[in-house]
Amino acid sequence: MATKFTTDDVTHIASLANIPVTDGEKKSLADGFTKTIGVVEELNKLDVSVVTAVHMTGLSNVLREDEVDKKRMFTQEQALANAPNTHNGYFVVDQLIEQDD
Amino acid sequence: MKKLNTLTLASAVKKLKSKEISHKELYADVSEAIAGKNKELNAYLALNTEAVSQAEKLLDTPLAGVPVAVKDNFLTVGLETTASSNVLRGFNPPYESTVTSRLKKAGGVVVGKTNMDAWAHGSSTETSDFGPTKNPNNLAHVPGGSSGGSAAAVAANMCITALGSETAGSIRIPSAWCGTVGLKPTYGRVPRTGVVAMGSSLDSPGPMTKTVEDAAILLSVIAGKDPYDATTGELPVPDYASNLKKGVKGLKIGICYMDHPQLKGTQTEKSVEEAGKLFEKNGATVEKVALSDQLEDNTILNPDYAVGVYTVVQRSEVSSNLARYDGIRYGHNRSTFGAEAKRRIMLGTFTLSKGYADKYYVLAEKVRNLYIKNFAQLFSKYDLLISTATPGPALKFGESEGNPLFGELTDLLNEPSSLSGLTGISVPCYWDKKTGLPLGLSIMANHWQEETVLRAAYLYEQETDFNPWTKEAHE
Amino acid sequence: MSEWEPVVGMEIHVELKTKSKMFCGCKNDPFHAPKPNIYTCPVCLGMPGGLPVPNKKAVEWTIMLGLALGCEIPLHSKFDRKNYFYPDLAKGYQISQYDEPFCVNGRVHLPSGDVRIHRVHLEEDTGKLLHKTVNGKKVSLIDFNRCGVPLMEIVTEADIHSAEQAREFLKKLYQIIRYLDVSDADMEKGTMRLEPNISVRPVGDTHLPAYKVEVKNINSFAFVKKAIEYETERHITFLEKGEKPPQETRGWNEDKGVSFPQRSKENAEDYRYFPDPDIPPIVWEQGYIDGLKKQLPKLPDDKFQEFVTMGFPTSYASLSSVSPSSVVFVETAYNLTVKKDPTINPKTFGDWLFNRPIDIETANPNKIAEELIQSRKVVSIPDEEIQKAISDVLAANPKAVADFKAGKEQVKMFLFGNVLKTLKGKGDKKKVMEILQKSLTV
Repeated sequence: MATKFTTDDVTHIASLANIPVTDGEKKSLADGFTKTIGVVEELNKLDVSVVTAVHMTGLSNVLREDEVDKKRMFTQEQALANAPNTHNGYFVVDQLIEQDD
Repeated sequence: MKKLNTLTLASAVKKLKSKEISHKELYADVSEAIAGKNKELNAYLALNTEAVSQAEKLLDTPLAGVPVAVKDNFLTVGLETTASSNVLRGFNPPYESTVTSRLKKAGGVVVGKTNMDAWAHGSSTETSDFGPTKNPNNLAHVPGGSSGGSAAAVAANMCITALGSETAGSIRIPSAWCGTVGLKPTYGRVPRTGVVAMGSSLDSPGPMTKTVEDAAILLSVIAGKDPYDATTGELPVPDYASNLKKGVKGLKIGICYMDHPQLKGTQTEKSVEEAGKLFEKNGATVEKVALSDQLEDNTILNPDYAVGVYTVVQRSEVSSNLARYDGIRYGHNRSTFGAEAKRRIMLGTFTLSKGYADKYYVLAEKVRNLYIKNFAQLFSKYDLLISTATPGPALKFGESEGNPLFGELTDLLNEPSSLSGLTGISVPCYWDKKTGLPLGLSIMANHWQEETVLRAAYLYEQETDFNPWTKEAHE
Repeated sequence: MSEWEPVVGMEIHVELKTKSKMFCGCKNDPFHAPKPNIYTCPVCLGMPGGLPVPNKKAVEWTIMLGLALGCEIPLHSKFDRKNYFYPDLAKGYQISQYDEPFCVNGRVHLPSGDVRIHRVHLEEDTGKLLHKTVNGKKVSLIDFNRCGVPLMEIVTEADIHSAEQAREFLKKLYQIIRYLDVSDADMEKGTMRLEPNISVRPVGDTHLPAYKVEVKNINSFAFVKKAIEYETERHITFLEKGEKPPQETRGWNEDKGVSFPQRSKENAEDYRYFPDPDIPPIVWEQGYIDGLKKQLPKLPDDKFQEFVTMGFPTSYASLSSVSPSSVVFVETAYNLTVKKDPTINPKTFGDWLFNRPIDIETANPNKIAEELIQSRKVVSIPDEEIQKAISDVLAANPKAVADFKAGKEQVKMFLFGNVLKTLKGKGDKKKVMEILQKSLTV
């Protein structure tokens, strides 16, 4: 029941993951994924009916009071400091083709 | 006159406070070591040029202004932070990680940022976008990863102490391969605020040091609840260094994984067995825990399955955690990701995707819980579990090529405990005279039991000759 | 009569007016922010290492709204990551709730038919995009002041079967939200947004149609009604030909009153939901939920009933319970008048209040009450003054007097009213009428 990845699969995954890949890279990526998933599929040998998933910490209801945390807020300068492209206090990105909501 | 860069944390603090040495002198020796070795080793990516002047103001603090090497996934204001990736080249963090904040408040000085596998994706530091780090004990070998730079900096005395982080082996493996001490705290013991996220349910920042005492000191500084991290536990932070000498009398210790086919007949097996005998001599009850392929009381679940679990869980979380790197608010665009990062992001996207999430992600989380249940049962019987941190000594450069699961196989022995959120330490337990390469003894305990781990590790370190710095620590 | 009926479900987003954002302590006030990107922090700006910590008040308010909508509150819920890429989504995922929302299975009672609430959940809002041309290039400017603001999402079942019912539902929902004071729910400011999912089926058919059309960019309740009416007609055109209307997302053009196909930014997305590992689950004890239920203020329907029980005609009961401030206004004035003076009945009170152009939101109830009391006080004045007023009025209205004398009885009321006006409310009305009657029959 081994899953075999094709270059089409890689194209789809890359688009979902927003990762640019060249055609040249696709075959080796597909082969790598096939190998990796093959190992993962070994997990089907185990009986998992005895467990339910729990949160790693065992904690619950970790909530914060509704207060403004002034000291942690960035100034506009700090927020924009590492951005490659800004304009009048905004971050800038090329306009997308889709209609904005 | 012994160079001051070889001092341990405890010694350096003592000597600074007693004015036996000055900051200038200490930093001069450390800088000399860095200048002399970093070009070859590539342990540091960035250096703090203000370190000495910062240190001089900190004599009246617990850490007295000692130089600390910090893995480059901790955000440090004023020091470029890249997680060893080109995506974050030039990134100057607008805020400080909680861990380095606490370090600084306690008087530690960040002397530089250390190299790592890019985004912590690896076990050898070979996937850094800024070149690999070399193992100071043998330059043809990797230091381990992903906290390879920190381990190398400690091993080569290019700092007094260091910080790293572990997702599955990233502290313990490089510590084992470099011959240093590395403690992975319980998940939630040390805050992840301001640490570049890799596996959100796994990441555990921790101390990477010369001695067990140093690890205890540093852990007390950085541990504790953080209101900015909802996964940190409420438990108060003990003074870990004050209980180191309790010994192992009356403790029940299990030896595990040593019947794994990868380990039979190795030096590793021998070293662990000897460690067991040492603990027994000191009053502990020691017995072997058999490996099993299914969940069974008083056996340990085969770590082989953990590879599959970890692969899926970590890559799934990574694919989501790295989605913020789009080059709009900071950093460079997504074409700048290295090959390994791209692979992991894509695979993680796949294992969460429609039609596959149940098959892979949900299944992996369930198997994860098998490991959690297994350890819970074992720790109801044992206080500690000992094993080896790695199957063998540090691999040569390039040995991992062509194997997409290289990281996981090396991580194998640490994955189950990491997936379960447990705490564990690696301490040196052997040195190969021919290669110069060490091995690491792994000591693991249940959640929040760092004190038990530390006292066993301290005893082992003091009763054996494997730690290059312990003689010095007695001075 | 149409043999077709619309089948409508609504998806409503409501921005909560907490002081701080959903997962961080940044100020929650994007609408009034003087500049862009001044209310951000490592968490909502999606910086490396930023971690979310949920806002307790936002969670409690969501539970309260769920309770007010008649929902069950499951004892275990969690937050999940909804993964997709868009420039206004700083982390590349939105923290939302997937399969364990805070509230499920509610019901809103309406005269035109109950609307069941499928679920109410809590998530975070995105930043805002502005399309501009800068230096000759078409760009999008991004402001993250709004990114991370708590957003409640209410999803109904497809129980709405007319445009009017939709409007009624929205008004009721709006009313409840204002009663709980958890949001301004202002569609112009964007603190309330709605999307109807519309399809059409033959009247009498109980199955859900095999398609639905989502309509976006509707900016008022009135436009919802128009959009549903428009869509219903548009779908009928297909259905009458035996065709199925295409399943799609459409935008509403309010100027032209039509919908148009729109490429959804979330088209056919695979969100890869998984539980957010950074946030431990939320676990309630039934006792706590029961306690919250007791803390709920009286809701619009309850208040309406109360007023009716107090003797208000239904139209006045409705007007009185329209908003929390109308309730306060009416109750204040009521306590100063009807409660104190048994001769003032609720209807008279209501007449005095509602048949005048006062803004119930801003008027002073004490003043209105005082005026009512004054108007009923009989200020005694000498008969001569009354006689003078009457004489003046009769002299000024010779035609009316002539009409009365010719047999038009009702003119007397007109004259009476004028006299009262002249007397400025003073004088015993019975006396005035007596003297007027006498004067007219002279």
